[in-house]
Amino acid sequence: MRLLIRSLALSIVFCFTAADAQDATVDFDQDVQPILSNYCFECHGPDQDSREADLRFDTQDGLLESGVIQPNRPDDSNLLQRILSDDPDLQMPPPSKEKRPTAEEIQTIKDWISSGAQWETHWSFTSPERPALDESPNAAHPIDQLIQKRLTANGLSPSPAADRATLARRLAFDLTGLPPDYSEVAKFVADDSPNAYERYVDQLLHSPHYGERMAIYWLDVVRFADSNGYHSDEPRSIAPFRDYIIESFNQNVPYDQLIVEHLAGDLLPNATVRQKVASGFNMLLQTTNEGGAQAKEYLAKYAADRVRNTGTIFLGLTLGCAECHDHKFDPFTTKEFYQFAAFFADIQEQGVGNPPAHPVIEPDDQQTLDEFDAQLAELKGKAKLLSDSLAQQTADWEAALAEENAAQLTADSGWSIIGPISLDGVDNPLQHAWPAESDPDNVDWQSKPLADGQVHALPETPGVFYLRRTVTASAETPMQVQLGSDDAVKVWVNAKVVHQNDVRRGVAANQDQFSVQLNAGANSILVKIVNYSGGAGFYFQAETGSLPTAIAAILQKSSSDRSEEERQQLAKYHRSQSDEWNSLQTEIESAERQRQQFVDSLPKTLMTVSTQPRTMRILARGNWMDDSGEEVQPAVPSIFQSLNDATATSENERPNRLDLAHWIASNQNPLTARVFVNRLWKLYFGKGLAEPLDDLGAQGTRPIQPELLDWLAIEFMESNWDVRHMVKTIVMSQAYQQTSVRSEQLAKVDPYNRLLARQASFRLDAEMVRDNALAISGLLVRTIGGESVKPYQPKGYWRHMNFPVREWQADEGDNLYRRGLYTWWQRMFLHPSMLAFDAPSREECTVERARSNTPQQALVLLNDPTYVESARQFARRVLTEGGDSMEAKLNWAFQTAVARSIRAEEQSVLLDLIAKHTAEFQSESDSADAILNVGASPVPDDVDKVELAAWTSVCRVILNLHETITRR
Amino acid sequence: MNFAEQIQLLRRRTFLGQVGRGVGGVALASMLAESQAADAVRPDGWNGALTQPHFPAKAKRVIFLCMAGGMSHLETFDHKPKLAEMHGQPMPASYTAGQPIAQLQNSELKCFAPQHSFSQCGESGLEIADVFPHLQKQADELCIVRSMTTKAINHDPAHTFMNTGSLISGRPSMGAWLLYGLGKETTDLPGFVVLTSVGGGQSQPIAARQWHSGFLPSKYQGVQFHSQGDPVLYVRNPAGVDRDRQHDIVNATNQLNQIHGSLVDDPEVATRISQYELAFRMQDSIPALVDLSDETQATLDLYGTPGADGSFASNCLLARRLVERGVRFVQLYHRGWDHHGGVKNGVATTAKLVDQGTAALITDLKNRGLLEDTIVVFTGEFGRTPMAQGSGRDHHIKGFSMFWAGGGFKPGMTYGATDELGYNAVENVLSVHDMHATMLHQLGIDHKKLTVRFQGRDYRLTDVHGNIVNEILA
Repeated sequence: MRLLIRSLALSIVFCFTAADAQDATVDFDQDVQPILSNYCFECHGPDQDSREADLRFDTQDGLLESGVIQPNRPDDSNLLQRILSDDPDLQMPPPSKEKRPTAEEIQTIKDWISSGAQWETHWSFTSPERPALDESPNAAHPIDQLIQKRLTANGLSPSPAADRATLARRLAFDLTGLPPDYSEVAKFVADDSPNAYERYVDQLLHSPHYGERMAIYWLDVVRFADSNGYHSDEPRSIAPFRDYIIESFNQNVPYDQLIVEHLAGDLLPNATVRQKVASGFNMLLQTTNEGGAQAKEYLAKYAADRVRNTGTIFLGLTLGCAECHDHKFDPFTTKEFYQFAAFFADIQEQGVGNPPAHPVIEPDDQQTLDEFDAQLAELKGKAKLLSDSLAQQTADWEAALAEENAAQLTADSGWSIIGPISLDGVDNPLQHAWPAESDPDNVDWQSKPLADGQVHALPETPGVFYLRRTVTASAETPMQVQLGSDDAVKVWVNAKVVHQNDVRRGVAANQDQFSVQLNAGANSILVKIVNYSGGAGFYFQAETGSLPTAIAAILQKSSSDRSEEERQQLAKYHRSQSDEWNSLQTEIESAERQRQQFVDSLPKTLMTVSTQPRTMRILARGNWMDDSGEEVQPAVPSIFQSLNDATATSENERPNRLDLAHWIASNQNPLTARVFVNRLWKLYFGKGLAEPLDDLGAQGTRPIQPELLDWLAIEFMESNWDVRHMVKTIVMSQAYQQTSVRSEQLAKVDPYNRLLARQASFRLDAEMVRDNALAISGLLVRTIGGESVKPYQPKGYWRHMNFPVREWQADEGDNLYRRGLYTWWQRMFLHPSMLAFDAPSREECTVERARSNTPQQALVLLNDPTYVESARQFARRVLTEGGDSMEAKLNWAFQTAVARSIRAEEQSVLLDLIAKHTAEFQSESDSADAILNVGASPVPDDVDKVELAAWTSVCRVILNLHETITRR
Repeated sequence: MNFAEQIQLLRRRTFLGQVGRGVGGVALASMLAESQAADAVRPDGWNGALTQPHFPAKAKRVIFLCMAGGMSHLETFDHKPKLAEMHGQPMPASYTAGQPIAQLQNSELKCFAPQHSFSQCGESGLEIADVFPHLQKQADELCIVRSMTTKAINHDPAHTFMNTGSLISGRPSMGAWLLYGLGKETTDLPGFVVLTSVGGGQSQPIAARQWHSGFLPSKYQGVQFHSQGDPVLYVRNPAGVDRDRQHDIVNATNQLNQIHGSLVDDPEVATRISQYELAFRMQDSIPALVDLSDETQATLDLYGTPGADGSFASNCLLARRLVERGVRFVQLYHRGWDHHGGVKNGVATTAKLVDQGTAALITDLKNRGLLEDTIVVFTGEFGRTPMAQGSGRDHHIKGFSMFWAGGGFKPGMTYGATDELGYNAVENVLSVHDMHATMLHQLGIDHKKLTVRFQGRDYRLTDVHGNIVNEILA
């Protein structure tokens, strides 16, 4: 690796301690900088084009050396006085601005100045610091120690642990995305050994479904979809990338390696197929194939997309904001935006058009290919030998040929034509003799150049055509004719009918073949074509003797007069006369075909292919048509100096994606680890520690628990970017195991659970809502990976797509019951059940889905055939596995669906429902049949239909429960 | 606090305020149904994120008629005799040099005469092409803008820009913004509805992202109504389940949810209960809404539709029914304006398909007293070139036409102009942001103040642009 990363030369000024939170002193980065960013940076920030009065408050020099702040002297600090001013000429922000600081915010600024106006670099741009912890043997889990500090400071205590069954269900969803089997829950609840919890965690973490659960999140982040996105939104082959993600999490590939493989897998030395598949990451963006789209415009869009999304995905930065102007809040210039884009300038792509997919050739596949290639090499070797030997016999062969083909055509008139002649009133036009046929010498023929061996269109009208031609032979000779016609055809040679075929057809080469005998001297050929309707056409090719006309012509020349091309043509013909040669050719063709079929059978996926980098310029105001901007080379933003410094030492070699990837994945990068663990935290607590998850820049909120975020980030890096270790670390904490039920006190003091004195309860993600219903019903097919699948989708949902018009074809069999993450992801029209539960269409990186609660969700769970079918299959399980009594069955159903026993009042609601619906389905057996036939799975014959229909109602209720689709 | 939290907080307060914690009982569900701050209807009709309008609202709702594919302004609302004079001559390079071009890349650019005649119409004398005989009669209701511009020259990004004010996918559409800001005035229909029709030209695709809520919660998404199959996806009961039986399921679900809700303090449970009630009501209200049998023959004749046949005209009638019932934003797409070839016949055919329905909608709204507070917008995602593309016209973004009707826009006026060849908007130029800003203004919203924090920035429909065009406001 030629890149040497130096540690960041950023000053680390502050470090949180527990006392900070309670300190009355103002913390610049936490308290003051956000105010300045919100109200001042727009005109006094990083964007030099919109900077007023040459003042900037986003840098230490700009704020403290410009004189607007006098430490300890708020009354002399112009910045504060201008904010306080009533004079519209002096007031800041100027009266025209919408946003004004609140009195509280102004006081904060004043307090900060009064206490000495200390500067601090923005927290996320400084390296994380490991907070001091009690490391004694009996010390609490570091996460709990850190959380406890805040809780103590706020006079709170943690909530009690959730009950074991709730924990089992929570862990199963959080770690595998699937509900636990109730037998597992029961086992876990009954296991009172001290490490029962850890064992259960380990079991889930090593389930092959762990990788699927992680992929559900990560695929949103990288914006994985099965279609191209823009305009016609055509399908793309990309499933192997999804499987790479699942496999990588299951194999616990270190996150830093994952980053490198994503961004630059193709550039790694001796890149493996896995790494090449990973490089498909760069191709996940939306592309267009719209007619009239300009390649240059779209190349600019793609470049911007990669900066914007790479920034969000790995760095939690809004680099995209600097496309048209310098960033308003963070220290990134427009130039730096395009320098960042230049890292991706080597990616081969066409701007407009669907990017090509490449076969995924695993080592086994390569071996098969090598075998094909060896076989082909051998066959071709044999062919070469034979060809050489035939070449040596050329003279003898020619002499023999000349003997055989003494007869030659010495003159040819070419075609003349009459027609179209109207068919009016003629019953059998092929047999009706028009003058051209009955008296050909006395009609007016039009000469027409219709070359042999080509399909010719004739005027598109019903009618008869006659074609006439005279050829002169030096001696009597047979002639083989190949003919095509639209429609019927009849042929005379020297006024004798030699062929007729009364058909209706479109014209093509070689539709009819026959042989005629030519006389020595002139021979008259007459062809009649009857076009019954539609298009008309004609094809003619003839050979005299046994030689194709072209070969005969070459042979007539002396060998010294023949061109190189003619010599080759002759040699080729010579070889074609050898049976041995022909059979070798058949073998070669067959081997090549088999090889191709094998390649075609391999999965295909988009991969990054590197080529000569395109020129990257600064586009003024983002205008792709403006070529006047400065040309830029790849570089990371200057506040992160290291890469630039390091590459300066590597002579003039241009930094590439691999360098970028290594820089992102470096332990010196202050953002990468924090960004990832922050999002990981969200998976297990419903919210990140620093919000939003996609902006850790100046406008993001400060983490309430900065020490915790830093501790996690450092632990992550020091564990060698071990994702599974971090997941386990988080879920092993007491904090994770708390109940999600709020106490009265917590509801009042910390309604948003910032201090983490309890767990959170939240609705399952869209994919898991589906997985859960299928798992409960027993329908779920747990196959991992493969092409995306198509479960039921309302007919016509795709009708507004075009080029081409498409209809969703639901799969059959197992693929109807696969996990949600395998559902075909059509960006323009995402599956409506997924959309209803907030799955994003993945045009852009999504790090946090909205969690809404809508009537559409109710309609999906009530009426989507997937859920109705799940309910009837769940009902069958209840009837066959749930025990004898109604009560036992209901209890079993609840345990299966929500991992707890049913309560008496719940039981009574459902017993009423069963009674009512049993009576109803009894009298309406058609209705029972109808609901039992929803979905493709067979109607069981081992249970009573009325009973099954009534229990289907019960199971519909259970699958619709808030609790069923909620992880608590 | 981000906006989702604000809503949550509001919701929680309402929930606590209305029913107290842990209350069970039969009254709970129906009380909860109205408990959500964002879904319940307050007496004054304002129930969105905005607790009160920034300005006095002139309009309450919008019907947005999108002439998808890119309607030619030169054959509809922007009469250019000079272009006819120049027919067949090279388009002066002073217009086209360095300008973005779509399918005419690398082609010779020649002027192409307007293919349809225009007339001066109504008392106002607005010039409208004769392909719109019904709209011509409504001339005195229209506020025509002939100086629209946009930023994207291909369909998909141009729709995205028109709907979200951004070229980057994933931002909320204008309907979602309005629903977020203003809420809706109906408790049994979605607040943002999308209807589509085709005919008269190649049907360019239209993506669901055009009515997506972007980074707003999906409850603000447009709900697509379909003319075939279920009018709204999954609104029909499963086979073998009639209304009563479905009601049993919903009731039992909500009863169990109530029991659960009384044990866990989670405001989402109350919301879930109300959403199930709303969903059940939608199962009645939506089929009733799309059943036009209660319309008089005279109304059907006015629109020129035999009934709910999926045509633009019947969608116009549905739009009226939707706004009557309190839907905030109705968007119609007619996918038939992409006339790269045969613009003469193409425009005539497509215009015929939208003319009567649009005119009828304006008339009908007016007759019912709804036009004054309903904004009707009629626009394509862009216009078409003054240059020929064979017998058609290519995409064009530097100047095109749209019109407003109702909603406090000045009726019977024309605003802005393109140059004499209809290429560049040169007088009182409007951007899509200006259009959005003006529309929001009429709805009582200051476009600079309806913001949502996303990725550390306060985003708004108008990005960082947009001026209110006071000249076109009554």
